[in-house]
Amino acid sequence: MTRGWHIARLVAMKDLRIEARSRVVTNQVLPFAAVVMMLFAFALDNDSILTRVAPGLVWLAALFSLLVMVQRSFAVETADGALDAVRVAGIPPGSVFVGKSLALAVQLLVLEVLLVLIAVVLYQVDVPLGGLVLLVTTCLLATAGLACVGTIYGGLAAGAKGRETLLPLLMLPVVAPVLIGATRATEAALGIGGASIGEGWPWVGLLALFGGLFAAGGTFAFGPLIDE
Amino acid sequence: MAAGSVEDRMSAEPSDVVVHLVDAVAVLGRFPALAGVTLDVTRGEIILLQGPNGAGKTSLLRLCAGLLPVARGAAEVLGVDLTLDRTAVRHRVGMLGHTNGLYADLTVTENVRFWGATVGATAGEVHGALVRLGLDGRLADLQVARLSAGQKRRTALACLVARRAELWLLDEPHAGLDAAGRDELDATLRAAAAAGATVVVASHELERAGALATRVVDIVAGQAGPS
Repeated sequence: MTRGWHIARLVAMKDLRIEARSRVVTNQVLPFAAVVMMLFAFALDNDSILTRVAPGLVWLAALFSLLVMVQRSFAVETADGALDAVRVAGIPPGSVFVGKSLALAVQLLVLEVLLVLIAVVLYQVDVPLGGLVLLVTTCLLATAGLACVGTIYGGLAAGAKGRETLLPLLMLPVVAPVLIGATRATEAALGIGGASIGEGWPWVGLLALFGGLFAAGGTFAFGPLIDE
Repeated sequence: MAAGSVEDRMSAEPSDVVVHLVDAVAVLGRFPALAGVTLDVTRGEIILLQGPNGAGKTSLLRLCAGLLPVARGAAEVLGVDLTLDRTAVRHRVGMLGHTNGLYADLTVTENVRFWGATVGATAGEVHGALVRLGLDGRLADLQVARLSAGQKRRTALACLVARRAELWLLDEPHAGLDAAGRDELDATLRAAAAAGATVVVASHELERAGALATRVVDIVAGQAGPS
């Protein structure tokens, strides 16, 4: 294992251990996502409309929850100057980016499973067996893209004044392609609105391209982003 | 400030010189942070930087850590020419400012293990660092969030030991510590220097830090001179 991967693994394990210890995601973010899904149901209050727009609502709830996760991910780094210590210690920033993205992706995947389950129960969405591969692929690629963007903008906002409000402003417009692509692909996987599974794969291609671009960009640009 | 060309003085340095600055100038934005510092620090020394607020003590520490670019002059730390690549020295330098760089939700051991693992420290080295800082007992498994200020600072120093930092740059290390914590810190720094580390301390606590230091350097208006 190269030193870069070794450090990425260390950072990811450290972030996941902190989460396991503090349980912020399980005790705060997951309930927040569930509440958002319930509020959507109250607001729309129509079963057929809810079923029709369920994929979009699932990904919107994922985006809102991602903001909380990213803020938490960098709050642990800035609380006692650990991000500064990372810079001083000469730890490869690309490895820090990969490690933090991996940890964020694991947490996001758990969240997405919960959101799909809520959609099945609350919005009466059926998950056809034939669409399962497309649905899982969509979740994996969308998660990768969201985690990479979240880590880039989390690092960028970490040292800024008013980072809590700055982060959504910076990040949400950038992840619009993921919202669109993941929603269309999920509609195809679930057969919503008469969409066929074949219609979903081009959107998966968009998600792969987006994730690849931000993974590569983040690996190379994270150093200057967190440096002075 | 000092006589002779920069090249002559750079080439004349012996190998145990850890910090070698000649007329080093650093700029923060449009303002000079260091206005031509000439300073040599040899291995095992404990240097006290003293001077009024804004004199450039912290900037000097940051320059030595490779965090502040050298605008003019010569700067070599641990044999690395900072004018060519200031990031190359960072993994050999440990800097503690007003924060400790610790993760509050992790235990003392987990923090030291994490920072040690970034340079490939073995389990034995991590344990050695804990023992050296007196953190190997019941404190080892306590979450950092539950430690006192002095214990947190000792944990941060244990991370420097586990990271095999050769040059310790400490900015106001006594701040926020009680008398016992200060004594512990001084003992730790003396032990680190005896073990071969070089320590540079910026402090306003002249009596305490002065007793600790092997040499005192005045920093006035971004320039260094003997006390």
